[in-house]
Formats: sequence, C-alpha cells, structure tokens
Amino acid sequence: MDNADQDVTVEDDEPAVVQLTGITKRFPGVVANRDVHLDARRGEVHAVVGENGAGKSTLMKILYGMYQPDEGTITVDGELVRFHTPKDAIDLGIGMVHQHFMLADNLTVLENIVLGAEPRRGIRLDYAAARRQIRELSDRYGLGLHPDRLVEELSVAARQRVEIAKVLFRGARVLILDEPTAVLVPQEVDALFSNLVQLRTAGLSVIFISHKLDEVLQVADRITVIRRGSTVATVEPGTTTSRQLAELMVGSELPTPQTAESTVTDHVELAVTDVTITSDDGPDLLRDISFDVRRGEIVGFAGVEGNGQSELVEAIMGLRSLDAGRVVLGADDVTQWSAHRRRVSGVGFIPEDRHRQALLLDAPLWENRLLGWHSQEPAGGRFWINPKSARAEAAQIMTDYDVRAPGPETLAAALSGGNQQKFVIGREMSTQLRVLVAAHPTRGIDVGAQAAVWDRLREARAAGLATVLISADLDELLGLSDTLYVLFGGRIVAKLDPADVTPEILGSYMTGATPAEAGPADDPGELA
Amino acid sequence: MTRLLGWWRRMAPTLVALGVALVITALFILIIGENPLRALAALFDFGETSVAQANSIGVWINRAAPLFLAGLAVSIGFRMGLFNIGVEGQYRIATVVAAGVGAALVLPAPLHVLVIVVAAMAAGAVYAAIPAVLKVTRGVSEVISTIMLNSIAIALAAWMVRVPFVDPDLGPGENVATRRIAESGQFPGLNELFGVIGLEEPRRPVHGFVVVAIVVGIVMAIVLSRSRFGFELRATGLNPFAATANGISSKAMIIKAMLVSGALAGLVGLPDLLGSAHRFQADSFVSGYGFTGIAVALLGRNKPVGIALAALLFAFLDRAGPSLQSEGIPPAAVIIMQGIVVLSVLVVDEVARRGMLRREERRARAQDPATVTEEVAR
Ligand SMILES: Nc1ncnc2c1ncn2[C@@H]1O[C@H](COP(=O)(O)OP(=O)(O)OP(=O)(O)O)[C@@H](O)[C@H]1O
Ligand SMILES: [Mg+2]
Repeated sequence: MDNADQDVTVEDDEPAVVQLTGITKRFPGVVANRDVHLDARRGEVHAVVGENGAGKSTLMKILYGMYQPDEGTITVDGELVRFHTPKDAIDLGIGMVHQHFMLADNLTVLENIVLGAEPRRGIRLDYAAARRQIRELSDRYGLGLHPDRLVEELSVAARQRVEIAKVLFRGARVLILDEPTAVLVPQEVDALFSNLVQLRTAGLSVIFISHKLDEVLQVADRITVIRRGSTVATVEPGTTTSRQLAELMVGSELPTPQTAESTVTDHVELAVTDVTITSDDGPDLLRDISFDVRRGEIVGFAGVEGNGQSELVEAIMGLRSLDAGRVVLGADDVTQWSAHRRRVSGVGFIPEDRHRQALLLDAPLWENRLLGWHSQEPAGGRFWINPKSARAEAAQIMTDYDVRAPGPETLAAALSGGNQQKFVIGREMSTQLRVLVAAHPTRGIDVGAQAAVWDRLREARAAGLATVLISADLDELLGLSDTLYVLFGGRIVAKLDPADVTPEILGSYMTGATPAEAGPADDPGELA
Repeated sequence: MTRLLGWWRRMAPTLVALGVALVITALFILIIGENPLRALAALFDFGETSVAQANSIGVWINRAAPLFLAGLAVSIGFRMGLFNIGVEGQYRIATVVAAGVGAALVLPAPLHVLVIVVAAMAAGAVYAAIPAVLKVTRGVSEVISTIMLNSIAIALAAWMVRVPFVDPDLGPGENVATRRIAESGQFPGLNELFGVIGLEEPRRPVHGFVVVAIVVGIVMAIVLSRSRFGFELRATGLNPFAATANGISSKAMIIKAMLVSGALAGLVGLPDLLGSAHRFQADSFVSGYGFTGIAVALLGRNKPVGIALAALLFAFLDRAGPSLQSEGIPPAAVIIMQGIVVLSVLVVDEVARRGMLRREERRARAQDPATVTEEVAR
C-alpha cells in the first residue's frame, strides 16, 4: 500500500485530454494489455513504441472504443467515460487511422471522408457544405486534398492524408495514428510530420505508433514504451537516445544494417529483359526494365511508392501479363509460365500488402502455412494436403521466426501486424528457394525482429539465394543490397552502388530530380 | 468429451433457430385460424398402421437423398463464393441424358448402373461448364447465366425427350417419355431392408441410391478437408486476392468448382430415375430439388454433415405436407416453415457468433493471466 502511494507521480502541469489508467485486456490465450497507463495532453504529439505484439494496436483500439477493456478506466477531459463503440469515442472527439487503411477504393475523396458522417440539410445530403469544409481542413493543416479524385488513383501517402482528414472531419481533438510512417518514403514522412506539427499547433493531440525510433525522437513530445503488454516508461525525447529506447523496448541493442562481404556469384538466377507493361490510359506502367540477379546477390529497388514497384513484382511473379520483354529463371524462359509454376520452381514471395495478398485472415496459421506451397511435399502435395505436417511446420516457423501467438490453430487475424509479417517471411524462407521477391519485408516489424529478418536475408544470400528487394526503408536498402536500382515513372532511372551512395542522393533520384553531382552513381543514360 | 462439447456448441444455435422457426410458424397457423398443436401433431404423424409408417419413412428417405445431393452440389460453389443457381437445370439435363443413355444400352447389372451414373455426372458437368466458361472468358455473372440456363434446360430437356431419346413404342395418348431402362440398369430398393430390421415393408419403392449419396457425401467431406482442391477452394473463398497472388488461378478454380458442382448436380435425379421412374417423362419428373438445395446448403453451412442433417429436416417437413392438408392447413405452411428455418438460422448464427466471442474472452479472463503471457511472449 505504501509503495502504491509513492508510485503516483504528479508531473502534469496541464490536465490530460485523455487518460488511460490500469488498462488490462485479454484475448483467448494472450494478455494483450496489462495495467497500462497512458495520457495525452492538449497540443502534444505522443508516441507509443514497443515490440511486435506488445499490445500497442490493442490499446489504441480500446481508446477508440473498438474493444472494451477488462479492467481499467478511460477519462476524457477529466471525466470518466465508457466506450461501447467507436461512435462513442468519435462523439467525444477521438479519431483513429488504422494500421491497415480502410478506405473504399472506388469512391471519391469527398465521399470517403463524409461516409458515415454525411452532412445533411433536411434529408438531402449537403455535399457543397462538405466540400467547403474539406477544403478548409486541407488548407489549415496543409493536407493538399482534392475532394473529387477517386481514392484508387491516390498514392499511399495521399490516402493516409484522406484518412486523417476523415477523422478531423468528424471533429476529432485526439488523433490516433497506428504506424502511419511504415508505408511512407522519407520525403513523405517529413511531409506527414509537418502536418502533425500543424495539428499540434492548433491544439490537437496526436498519439502515434511507430517502430522507427529515430522518427519518434524527432517528432514526439513524449514517448510511452510498452513491453509485453505493460507500460515500461514514459520518456521525453530530449533526454533519450534511440539506443536507450530500443533497450527499454526489447532489452537489446539497436541493430544497424551492415553489408557483410559480398557473396555475389557469376551465376545469373533471374534475368529480366526489356519488360514493358502498358496502360490503357496514361504512361506505361513499366518501360524497358532490364536487370539480372545473380546467386548470392540482393538487388534492391528504391522508389516512391506507385512508380512501378507493384507491377515489377507482379511481372516477376507471373501475376500480370507482359506487353513486351522476358523473364528468365535459371535456364528457363518463364515468361509464359503460370504463377503457380514459377512459385514451385523455387520463387518465394513476400507481397507488399500482407492482408490482401499474403494471408487468409479467417483461417488458422497452419492453413496459412500451406498457402502458396500447398502443392509441395510434405505439408502439401499434388492431390492431398497433410494437415498434421502443416501444423508441425507452422509451429516450427513460429519458433524460428519468433511469431508470438498461442499456436498453429490460432486464426491469422488474431496476430499483431508485425507477427503476421514475421509468419509470412518465415513461410517463404523456410522453403528451398532460388529466388526471393521481397516487398517491404520488415514493414511493421519491431527493431529486434527487423535485425533478425535482415540476418536471415543475409544468411540466405550467403547460401546462394537471389533476392529482389523492394523497400521504402532506405537504410534497409542501402544496408542489404549489393546492387541498387531506382524506379521512377515505371523506368529504371539509376543504377547505384549502395556502398557509396547517401540517402540524400538516393532520395533525389527517387523524386525524379537528377542530382547535380551524381557522385558515384552510374550515368543512367548507360542503361538505356 | 471436449469433442462432444464442441459439437454441442456448433449445433446449439441451429437448434435455437429451429425453435424460433417453430414458434413463428405456429403464429402463422394461428393467424390463418387453425390450431398449431394439431399442425404439430400432423407434422409428426407417420400414419396409423405400421405399413403407413413404413411408407412414410420411405417417402422421407426418397426425398432426403436428392436434397442432400443438391445441397452438396450447391455448397461446392458457395465455398468459393460462386453462386451456382443452376443445379436445377443441370440435374434436369443430366437426368434426361442418363435416361436416354441407360435405355440405349444393355449391360451386366453393376456396369449398366455405373455407365448411367457416369453419363449423368458428365452431362451435369458439361451443362455447368457453360456458365463457368462464360464467367472466365467474358466475365458474365454466374448467377445470371445459371438462372437463364435453368429456363433453357426445360426446353432442351423437352426436346431431348421428344427427338433423340423418344420411346418409339409409345401408345396413343401416352405422354412422351424416353424408353424404359432395362432391369440391369435399375438400382435395387431398400424395401427388403425394412423387413430385416423388423419393420413392415413399404408398398412403394424406397430408393437404394441413398446409399450412393451417403458414399458421395463421405468422399466429398474428405476431398474438401484433405485434398489440394479442397484447400484451393477454401483459400479462394476466404481471400481471392491472396489465393491468386499465391498461384491459385481463380479462373481455373471457377472452372473446376463448377465442373464438380455440376457433376454432383447430375446425381440429383438418379435416386428417382434408377429407383422407381426408370424413364424420363416431363410430367412425372420431380423438379425443384436444385432450388431447395440452395436452402439446404445454407442451412448445412456448406459442410457435408450439416447438409445431410438439413436435407433430412427439409425432407421431413416436405413429407408432412399431405397430412397437414388433411388437417386443413395449406401445404404452403411447410414451405413457409422451411424459409423461416433458413432465415432464423442465419440470424441466430450471427448472434451466436458474437456471444461465442464474448464467452471466449471471459474464458481467457478466467485463466491465470501470468502463465499465459509467459508462454506466449517467450
Ligand atoms: N482480435 C484478437 N484476438 C486474439 N488475439 C488478439 C487479437 N488482437 C490482438 N491479439 C493479440 O494481442 C497481442 C497484442 O496485439 P497488438 O495488435 O496490440 O500488438 P501491436 O503492439 O500492435 O504489435 P505490432 O507492432 O506487431 O502491430 C498479440 O499477441 C495479438 O496476437
Ligand atoms: Mg499493431
């Protein structure tokens, strides 16, 4: 009892807008949050960091009324509240942008923003007023929205701004962002942060989750660290380094991607030649893409999202037909091969959007183990699958890749975002591969697990794997790649040696500007 | 024990739904001014004499077998989100073809039946291939095309009975029909079995094809849960994008699923054809199994065991039609009840799912939290 009194630290001069006290939340087989404390003040950017599965998303969903806590209380402006649905939270000015976006692709920005909160005049929808309001929001916080564009035409960063506007439109004073920067390239991250600063200046509170500790230190006013479901500490960025943060989170050192000595051989495993994919309207999606990936080589692709990365991946995987060009795997021209045939010839695939392309969310993990490899012995087969060995293999992946979940029978949907990603990586890499196509392999993964994944990729490279790596994380690209290409507007605009290129130079290639002194970069003209 | 409990958990919502359906139907019968208790009695009335009772059971079996096969056929498509509304047309075509082929041949008994079965399955599959090909090549919705093909099937079947398969020895004034299938191509009935287990033998044939239906059900249960095809079907149904991205071609799956569904649909008309009709005649052909099969598949939640239970239930209700009528209750009450059963199952299912989720959470709460986290968060 005496201790309890001492634990209470009165440090806030300003009252908290929202305060979570002693929150505990249990799921079958898991305690996602245990006695968590968090508060956000007016005009504050508050970061929440922690390992995969630490319970960050769950905590935010509790604050947003999606889950009810088993124990603990929430206060808003000092008043005790109880949320039954997100609507209750929205009514009190709390809004959330999820880890996985939830916009309707075929609606316009305007429609998406007003969806569910339609402005009415009598019984008619008042779109004119809504449009005016959105323009105002967009101008005030520098969101740069075009109300009548279709969402499917927007880049990821723009979609995110739509999500933010959607929340602001509902009158949010507290904005929750779950891993907003995971999908952004550095320039976009900077833009987002300047938006956040504007929100802060206007007196709003922002709570955001991130695995990128440097960014967190750069933008946050306070940082709460969650470890295995409990709050470990709330710190101020001025007095902390990212190394200390990482230690608080996982109790281990912050990893730095380092290229070990080259393991590149002369044997070309994957050759892509003059690949072109045209589009019905507008410029080609891919134009004359040619590159080789040799055994033991990691070839990285940098680029702002939407410059042909998805199409390139689909071309290699056989998910899209080519208008010109060839894809050669080892000695075989696989241009006409089905996706399945390419897969079983030893091409692993870590897609960019795990929910959409990599997982059966409503199926248990052992069935997810089979996905893509369901025709391969021993778990799969030409005619029959073997649930028993699929379960065993799923359990093996969970151990090897530190996937934290109760067991192979757990539904994929019940895993935290990072654990889902780790499972997908494990699935692909625990098969004998010749080529791995990895899009954003460490997106949403905590620093500790990220280092483990990088190690796996390096081990596989040393064992002769040819890897195509697409990433928005420049450190990852520079640290892992043996050769680096820059995609812009569906073309390869530069071939760089990652050993002597800086993120700044890379960044300017990615935005289409050729740096004045290209330095070590090859002349892009040579590639044509 | 836990298995039993799990089974009970899954069954409970359905039983509740049945109760709800019963109450609503009772209200309906009250509204039309009849006595619901008398109706209930009629529902369970299998007849006075032991012969009548045996007959009743025979009718029940004869009705359940094709409903089961139809439900199974529909469920294959449902599993991947494909709506094969065309089972109705597929089994009509398949039955005509089977009758025609069966009458044209005379083979040793088991072989003859086998050929007829294969012909029916092939015909059903071919007719189901049409909407599949249309969908894959032209993007035509299978819902629309299968409905259209149902109408076409009626005309096509009528033409086949009249022209290629017509019985040349029809008497004057007799309705057109195919020729009678020879003895070797008939499926033995279960009537004698009734005697063996100490019941009276029913007067009308009890279709032995129900045995084949059960075997098909078992085979399908294994195929769906253990085969690569079953997995691909499930994966496509759960997340078509992920399935495609992982090498399961959605076009191939549409074709495969429709072919299997059509082949199963081809069996629907065979209990009647091989057990008692022995020829195809438009007027005495029992239609409607394909449509009822949709409800049966929904009620059975696309699982073979569930579909079997649903088929038994629907057949049980169907069988009661005449006895209800003798109580002055319109036989439509049966159809209303079937509809309400399906609706209330869908509603109760959703309610139960939420309740189950809450219970799971409570259970998790009851467990010692400390040990669990240690285990999970290694
Ligand atoms: N709906 C659910 N059902 C069961 N368990 C769940 C559910 N949602 C989350 N969990 C579990 O709760 C724990 C915390 O998950 P949460 O999503 O909050 O993690 P996180 O900190 O956001 O991780 P990440 O960084 O990987 O996104 C995990 O162990 C997860 O498996
Ligand atoms: Mg999360």
